[in-house]
Amino acid sequence: MLPYLLRRTLLLAASLLLASAVLFVLLRLLPGDPANALLSVGATPEQIAAVRREIGSDRPLTEQFLSWLGRMAVLDLGTSFVSDLPVGPEISARLVVTVPLTLLAFTVSLLVAVPVGFVAAHRPRSWYGALLNGVSQLGVAVPVFWIGMLLATVFSLHLRWLPAGGFPQDDWADPAGALASLALPVATVALVMSASLIRYVRSAALDVLDSDYLRTARALGCSLPGAMWRHGLRNAAVPVVSVLGLELATTFLGAVVVESVFALPGLGSMLVRAFAQHDYPVIQGVLVVGTLAVLLAGLLADTAQRIIDPRLRDTAGGGRW
Amino acid sequence: MASAPRERGPGTKRRVRSRTLAAGCALVGAVALTALVSLVWLPYDPADTSGGRLAPPGAAHPLGTDRLGRDLLTQVMIGARIALAAGLGATAVGGVLGVAAGLAGGFATRWLDDAFAVLSDILIAFPVLLLAMLMVAARQASLGPAILAIGLAMSVTVARLTRILVKRVLAQDFITAARTSGTSWPRITVEHVLPNIWPTLLVSLALHLGVAVLAEATLSYLGLGAAPPNASWGRMLREAQTTAFTAPVGVIAPGVLLAVLVVGANLVADGVRDVADPARRRS
Repeated sequence: MLPYLLRRTLLLAASLLLASAVLFVLLRLLPGDPANALLSVGATPEQIAAVRREIGSDRPLTEQFLSWLGRMAVLDLGTSFVSDLPVGPEISARLVVTVPLTLLAFTVSLLVAVPVGFVAAHRPRSWYGALLNGVSQLGVAVPVFWIGMLLATVFSLHLRWLPAGGFPQDDWADPAGALASLALPVATVALVMSASLIRYVRSAALDVLDSDYLRTARALGCSLPGAMWRHGLRNAAVPVVSVLGLELATTFLGAVVVESVFALPGLGSMLVRAFAQHDYPVIQGVLVVGTLAVLLAGLLADTAQRIIDPRLRDTAGGGRW
Repeated sequence: MASAPRERGPGTKRRVRSRTLAAGCALVGAVALTALVSLVWLPYDPADTSGGRLAPPGAAHPLGTDRLGRDLLTQVMIGARIALAAGLGATAVGGVLGVAAGLAGGFATRWLDDAFAVLSDILIAFPVLLLAMLMVAARQASLGPAILAIGLAMSVTVARLTRILVKRVLAQDFITAARTSGTSWPRITVEHVLPNIWPTLLVSLALHLGVAVLAEATLSYLGLGAAPPNASWGRMLREAQTTAFTAPVGVIAPGVLLAVLVVGANLVADGVRDVADPARRRS
């Protein structure tokens, strides 16, 4: 296990490096000099040159990239073009909203999807099997921000149970208030995420229900829940866990979008604002942190899969790598 | 339709019907019909604001009006056009580029293929939407770049799938046999590889169509997609959000139509899968 983790960590570092390079090049290849974002329309050529020198966009691309990498290595993500504040601290300040939102939504969607998926698979042709299948079909087909708008309209504007947006000024100093602000966003993301997870769980559970080993266990006198618990759960978990990394990444993205619906001061609203203002250092910083999160989620999911399924551990070289 | 197995006996005409496929086609068709009708007839001029602000649904305006007094049905019909254009356009871009890259990767020699695999593993770490946002970022937000960006981002997953499928086919004995008997690689591609992989690719492209439609709506909602004269459903939702309480139809109508189109595309994908591979049909 340790060599595997070591190899995967190295790979993760290499991936992050390459991803930052891709990100950097993509942003620089786009038409328009970042300096334009800083200046008003009537700027003189001298002013433009001065700004270009100041932000370093007049130097060769490789030099820009290396200096950015060097600063990133010491966790310095640069300063925002617009606010002139360092990007790193602002990102960490906003993570206190986005990380709880993502993890809470992910946990809730798992807690909903696993039992519901098994129930839907139990009698796929029954009315509740068809109903659950239909609901999950619908859940993956609607945009996450729309669910957010509907929930906000019903639960905060109509019923006035929860705040429609915003986040306490002092973050988590008042946990109840912070949780109340996060309740609707978490419900929104969790609804959409559990809809897609249910489909994976249901399909994995159907495979298990079809399997010979489960039939043998039943023939030997095991009850269906007992056989499921002892043999089915672990087997069904393997394909589901393999998509969890990607699902966690999608949850993060859902959180990014939903933050705009509920006016939450998280990473997502920071990114959307940076896009609108062409604030390159902020875009780069947020996307690098986001990519790291996605890569970590993938590593976690693959490791969890190996813990659950010993067959994967025995293969020499651990599959592709 | 789809890939009828070659080994079926003479005279046994197998007709595969799929209610899922029919339902999916009906839903997508309904949206397509709306879009087509909007090209030749609209209830009102899209810029006509004579209806009064936020009029409730009534005889003159079946869905009411938006906050500028424009007829909502007109806007929604134009939105169908944009959603379909975005979905089909992005899927075409992603499909053509992805299949080409995937074929190249699948046929490539060892180190090139390895490089391809690593690169696609890394690109896959960027979700479609983020890549698209990134590409739209530097330009003025508008529909064309948004569609192109979604298509480019999608091509990564299509290429990945194509590469795996091509590898799987190329490992089969009949490819070795074809090579031994002197068939050229281009001919093998056309005669053996493509017919074997297209049902799976078609399923994937239909699913991607739904993803592209949702991605465009999300980009437009965030203000990074369709610019004001284009009534994208996503942008309509963005504008209706502040009046969701007083004029709920403005929020409900575009969302329901989005769901109809995406559910339709997903059902088409499921239906094609059923028809192509009846053994895997479920429930």
